[in-house]
Amino acid sequence: MKLGSKHTTLLVLAVIIIVAPFFFPSSYYFRVGSLIFINGLAVTGIVILTGYAGQVSLGHAGFAGIGAYACALAPVYLGVHPGLALIIGALLSGAIAFLVGRPILRLKGYYLGVASLGFGILVAMLLTNEAQITGGPDGIRVADLGIRGLLREMGFRVKGSELWYVLTGICLLIGAWLALNLHDSPTGRALRALHGSEVAARTVGVDVARLKLQAFVISAVFASVSGSLLALQNRFITPEVAGFLHSVEMVTMAVLGGVGSVLGAIFGAAILTTLPQVLTVFAEYEYAVLGLVMMLVMIFLRDGLLPSLAKLIKGREQ
Amino acid sequence: MPELMQFLLSGLTVGAVYALVALGFTIIYNASDVVNFAQGEFVMLGGMITVFAYGAGAPLPLAAAVAILTTVFVGVALNKLAIEPARGAPVVSLIIITIGASILIRGVTQIVFDKQIHRFPAFTGDAPIPFFGATLLPQSLWVVGGALTVFVGLYLFFTKTLTGKAVLATANNRLAAQLVGINTGWVMTLSFGLSAAIGALAGVLVTPITLTSYDVGIGLALKGFAAAMLGGMGNPKGALVGGLLLGVIEAMTAGYLSSQYKDAAAFVVILAVLFAMPQGLFGAKSTERV
Repeated sequence: MKLGSKHTTLLVLAVIIIVAPFFFPSSYYFRVGSLIFINGLAVTGIVILTGYAGQVSLGHAGFAGIGAYACALAPVYLGVHPGLALIIGALLSGAIAFLVGRPILRLKGYYLGVASLGFGILVAMLLTNEAQITGGPDGIRVADLGIRGLLREMGFRVKGSELWYVLTGICLLIGAWLALNLHDSPTGRALRALHGSEVAARTVGVDVARLKLQAFVISAVFASVSGSLLALQNRFITPEVAGFLHSVEMVTMAVLGGVGSVLGAIFGAAILTTLPQVLTVFAEYEYAVLGLVMMLVMIFLRDGLLPSLAKLIKGREQ
Repeated sequence: MPELMQFLLSGLTVGAVYALVALGFTIIYNASDVVNFAQGEFVMLGGMITVFAYGAGAPLPLAAAVAILTTVFVGVALNKLAIEPARGAPVVSLIIITIGASILIRGVTQIVFDKQIHRFPAFTGDAPIPFFGATLLPQSLWVVGGALTVFVGLYLFFTKTLTGKAVLATANNRLAAQLVGINTGWVMTLSFGLSAAIGALAGVLVTPITLTSYDVGIGLALKGFAAAMLGGMGNPKGALVGGLLLGVIEAMTAGYLSSQYKDAAAFVVILAVLFAMPQGLFGAKSTERV
């Protein structure tokens, strides 16, 4: 199996999403599944930014926060439908990413990391401190998307968890499809070229600044939509969605699974989303194990879990 | 003016801690090009281990010594077990390794000790000293004095001793340093140990004022990191000035604008500095070789 190829990836994803529910003993599993898809969507954005273009961001949870709170606040203050609020959030995130990205992306490596981190922390702080609008650290209720009620009127009775499993699964597939299309497009090639060497890319006529900004904006929109979905599914959101730990989680999921490939990154999202669920039994040890896993994978499987496994299997075949 | 003086004093105290964390960053960054996100955990370990050693009956100086030595051991282990095997990994992997280390240390601390907030008594009492209309805690003098002593000590170490010069040479050019017979692996170990010791010392000094718990590390790491960037990454003088400046800016924001947004002020300033002078206040302009 070639990991990079577009149709294999989409097929594998679709098959997993469809087949997995046959093994689910309870609706709790549907919930974990949709959480994986939501995280997977954000992580797909990180693949575009970090995997394709080679730029580090430690502040993408800020965009997830914007998306999430757009869904919480726009229906209240603007009177729009929550589904439209998701789109407003995505547009807003894209616009902010465009404005912030311009100066930030001139920086490289650690400097870019800390600048984006600063941005993320500012968003989280705004959401926490402007309590009269955002509800503050205790969080805020989010309006119902209304699809379940619509289905009930049409005579279909579905469980909330199952409905969200399907919805988020579809969103993830669309996101993955967009990212994979980008990979082989001229823009994607240019992004990968500047990842390899900015100077070389510029020499052959790639507009480095513009492309980095494009990747940043696209990944911000992915993060925003994922934040919106999380808010709409839980019907409740707290400023933690924009916090530093969430940003780190996103990057870790992507890099853990293999930031170079969409499938790898989503695999990473699946592992890191289920790990805390499994570890709740050992609640005491959750942090220690999480830290240890992050370190071990990065030290010994440098390309990420999935690519390293694939290499291992290939090596054995030869 | 007593108000301004008071903010300035508390800003300098907190700033001295940021400066120590930033110095720790700088030493490791110079020796290995790694930004160690676990630097804040060294400060936390310094405070927490002292608390529990002191609670177990050890006199305070002994408890502090135990804390610093244990933290040095953790720092050296971090280098040997995680950073050395990952040599040459991309920046994003190194970020995740050190953030992973930070989460691991926090998790283990929470298991070994607890999740409570702790303190131990100040070294020389709690009686405030009047100072130009403001008051000053004796422990603040320990913190600022400690930071300055560490800075002067490091300066002498790097400029007057052969070992210190070997560290500088490694920071400048690893390969060339190896060619003239410097054991660069040992320099790395030394740097991590030194950096952990400075972090732990900061924790010991500041805990009587700010208290400590298992989760104070990440905030300190971010602030120290920000201070190091403000001053110019890799420059010890920049780390000192950046740390103190950041502390004062924070205290002024908390005092005159909004205490809720005092953390925001730090990051706004850093973003502004990075945009205007991407190399920080004292960083040398460098052009990357292709």
